[in-house]
Amino acid sequence: MWRYIGRKLFVYLLTFIVAVTINWMIPRFMPGDPVQSMLSRAQVSDPEALEAMTSYYENLFGLDSPLYEQYLNFWWGLLQGDLGISVMRYPEPVTDIILGAVPYTLALLLPAILLSWIVGNRFGAFAARSKILDNTVLPVGYILTATPYMWLALLLAWSLGIVAGIFPASGGYSFSLRPEFSWLFVSDLIAHWFLPFLSMFLVALGGWAIGMRNMIIYELEADYANYLQALGAPRKLIRRYAFRNAMLPQITGLAVQLGTIIAGSLLTEIVFNYPGLGSLILDSLNNRDFFLLQGVFLFVVVGVLIANFIIDIVYVLIDPRTRVQMTGGSS
Amino acid sequence: MTSVAGASGTADSADSPKPVGERRFSETLHFARRNPKLLIGLGIVLAFLLLGIIGPFFVGHDPNEYVGPQTQPPSGEYWLGTTTFGQDIWAQFVYGLRSTFLIGVFGGGVAFVIGTAVGFVAGYKGGIIDEILNMITNVVLVLPAMVVLIVAIAYLEARGLFVQGLFIGLTSWPWAARAVRSQALSLATRDYVDLARLSGRRTWKIITTEIAPNMSSYLVMSFILLFGGAILIAAGLDFIGLGPAGGVSLGLMLQSASQWSALQLSMWWWFIPPGLGITAIVGSLYILNVGLDEVFNPKLREL
Repeated sequence: MWRYIGRKLFVYLLTFIVAVTINWMIPRFMPGDPVQSMLSRAQVSDPEALEAMTSYYENLFGLDSPLYEQYLNFWWGLLQGDLGISVMRYPEPVTDIILGAVPYTLALLLPAILLSWIVGNRFGAFAARSKILDNTVLPVGYILTATPYMWLALLLAWSLGIVAGIFPASGGYSFSLRPEFSWLFVSDLIAHWFLPFLSMFLVALGGWAIGMRNMIIYELEADYANYLQALGAPRKLIRRYAFRNAMLPQITGLAVQLGTIIAGSLLTEIVFNYPGLGSLILDSLNNRDFFLLQGVFLFVVVGVLIANFIIDIVYVLIDPRTRVQMTGGSS
Repeated sequence: MTSVAGASGTADSADSPKPVGERRFSETLHFARRNPKLLIGLGIVLAFLLLGIIGPFFVGHDPNEYVGPQTQPPSGEYWLGTTTFGQDIWAQFVYGLRSTFLIGVFGGGVAFVIGTAVGFVAGYKGGIIDEILNMITNVVLVLPAMVVLIVAIAYLEARGLFVQGLFIGLTSWPWAARAVRSQALSLATRDYVDLARLSGRRTWKIITTEIAPNMSSYLVMSFILLFGGAILIAAGLDFIGLGPAGGVSLGLMLQSASQWSALQLSMWWWFIPPGLGITAIVGSLYILNVGLDEVFNPKLREL
């Protein structure tokens, strides 16, 4: 078991190093000079100011020292929690801006992921091997997974938000309110939260239902299911065993799908103008705030790694085979 | 499916496998023609593909040109209406379909080539090579592809369809590599593969002639999934504003619709068609895949 966890941790550490290295490399090795393009977009015409800004940026990136030194400096700054200063909201540090947006993203992501996973699994298990349900749940599930996150978000924002006017279609809370812990504010927060949540929940739901349905069908073909059937065990009991076995790949699937779902939440936030990391990415792109963009990137990667690790631990707790040997996880 | 037919063709010279191969092919065709999922999925995808290929020839102007009156709902003249700037949405839609298929083929293709190459080599070679490739696969798998793409593409000056496709391919191959690896792993220990190895054939030859044909259905299905995935990722990137500069795509249509507040103006004809197009194409690709699975996998057929 410890070998299994240790191996996983090693992969995550490696991933983190790769992510930081990508983050460090991209501005330096992409075709084109990032400093120049940043300046040209800032549209500074005064040559003196231009020179000052060029040296400022080169200093900021540390472009005047040798490469390996730049790389080590980057790590050093990172380990101290220093991700740079935002250009967009100068002089706020990038870390502070991101930490302000993370709660919104998490509030969307966690319920959407967990609920869609639970409900989707139930649906899929229910639909498997019953002809009528299978023929309705399956196509609906496939259409839902094929829906781009932002399109369903647009549809919901338009239909329920603007045409029907039931829920607010934009923002994290009303402009007239200040963040405080009062009934009015919290209910407003929930009203704004509902549509983005619903749209993510629906898109993610389809994938889990389909995955579960397929797994149950494979499990029902397995020897133990046939044996139980031959013994005359009730259908419900066989299905319960099949469900428990089918859970394991679904947990692994949760880890694999995490990146897609996070990407989906970023897109959904942009549609609803929800003040999470997604909107932050859009703002930083529009304002050419690369420090902020890269900071968000690192935060998302770290979040994904932590989530993966939690899923691994859950997997070890659920599947006794990984505790004995490490083949179960097929890492 | 064509490679299954090809596999039976290569066995022609031997005396006994020929009828077996032929029977298998006609059997596949038999089930394929009777599988509604396969037929419906394939039909919708082909219809959109045809529209994407032929449609632009009937549009006499550039899709981004300001041709008509502004903010018109669908009418006889402008089938899908016009944008707030007077662009013809039908024209954008058919051109967008074309680039959607292009990005799917290209992005999915790059991912497929990398994924299958890594998967085959890792699964067949085993040992330390497998360990290393597996490690790389896991690292790329854990990295959230979309976020990496956003950062990488944000720095690019010239963004074209092919650059976008290349980047999507470079980040979305890992699950295919894992799937192919696990299949190749089980095939690599079969007797006929051992025989080929003993006869001194080169690794590459063994992989392409002994292992790949025996999982061709699996490969076709992986490609379809990668194709659909690439379309969705590209649409997401376009929506954030990292699409091909000055181009047309369904994702870019969604972006401009949301940017110029089509929602608030209730211009449903602006944002419904592009999303519907993506959903229909990717959804029917998935359903087509289920159909293929049922055709190739006898266990699933009895439904």
